[in-house]
Amino acid sequence: MSDLLERIPYARFLNLQTLVSGDEITVILPFADRLIGNPMLPALHGGSTAALLEMTAMAQVALAFPSPRLPRPINVTLAYLRTGRPVDVFARASISRAGRRVAHVQAEAWQEARNQPIASLTAHFLLDNP
Amino acid sequence: MHDSFVDTILPQLAAGSAHTGALGFVFDGLHDGDPRIRVPWRADLVGDPDTGVLAGGLVTTLLDHIGGLAVWTAMAEFQPIATLDLRVDYMRAAHPRVDLLAQAKCFRLTPTIAFVRAWAFEEDPSDPVAAAQSAYVLNRARPVREEAAPGREANA
Repeated sequence: MSDLLERIPYARFLNLQTLVSGDEITVILPFADRLIGNPMLPALHGGSTAALLEMTAMAQVALAFPSPRLPRPINVTLAYLRTGRPVDVFARASISRAGRRVAHVQAEAWQEARNQPIASLTAHFLLDNP
Repeated sequence: MHDSFVDTILPQLAAGSAHTGALGFVFDGLHDGDPRIRVPWRADLVGDPDTGVLAGGLVTTLLDHIGGLAVWTAMAEFQPIATLDLRVDYMRAAHPRVDLLAQAKCFRLTPTIAFVRAWAFEEDPSDPVAAAQSAYVLNRARPVREEAAPGREANA
C-alpha cells in the first residue's frame, strides 16, 4: 500500500510520504518552497493541501478496497479552515460508508495540532466492483 | 479595465507564486471577460500512470486558482482573498497528454464574499472535464466609514 502513492507521478511531485498503521493511512506533505501560494504571508497554496487530502482519501479507499485500478473521484468538497503555514502537513481519511458503487470519504489535514485542522475534505469515489 | 491590470497584474497573479510557477500555470487572457489559465501537460503532473491523465489534485488546484483570478478580475484590482470552500465535480476523464485549460466567472461579489463557478476543459468550455463552485472571503481594508471613527477606538 505504501507504494500506491509512489506509483502516482503527482504524488511524487508533491513528495508525499505514506505511513500505514493497521487499517489507517497517514500521508505527509513535507514543506517545500514550491508549495507556497502566497509569498507575502507566507502560506501554502490551498491547492497543495487539497491535493494532499484527495490523495489521502484515494489511498484510504484503495487500502480498504483493493483493485487493479485506482479509485476514481466523483466529486470532492473542500473547506479551508486555517491558513497553511510553511511547515509539514499531515492528513488522514476515513470511509463513512461504502456501497457497491460509491464510497463516501472524509479527510482532514493538520499541521501542529490534530485538533486544529487547516482543511477538511468530503469526497465520493467510484468503486471498481464488478 | 486598465490594460496594465490585464497585461501585467493578472498574469502575475495567475502564475507568479512558487506553487503556480512549479505547476507551469500560464495566464491565457480574458474570454468574454472571464480569465483563463492554461496548464501545459507534463509527465510529473499525472495522476494515473496507466492513463497519463493529469491528477485530480492538480485540477482542484487549477480550479481553486482560476476562481481567485475571477474574483480579482471582478474587482479589477488585487486584494487579499482566501478560498472559503470549493466543490469539484469530476465529470469525465481528461484526455491524456493534452494541455488543460480553466476558466471561471465570479457571478456575485458582496463586500465580504465572492461566489464563483469554474470549469476545466481541453478545448471546449461546454465540454468540461471538471466543474467547480466556490466561495472566497475578501480580506480587503475596511470601508472608510468604519475606519474614520478614531473616537470610538480612543474611548474603547
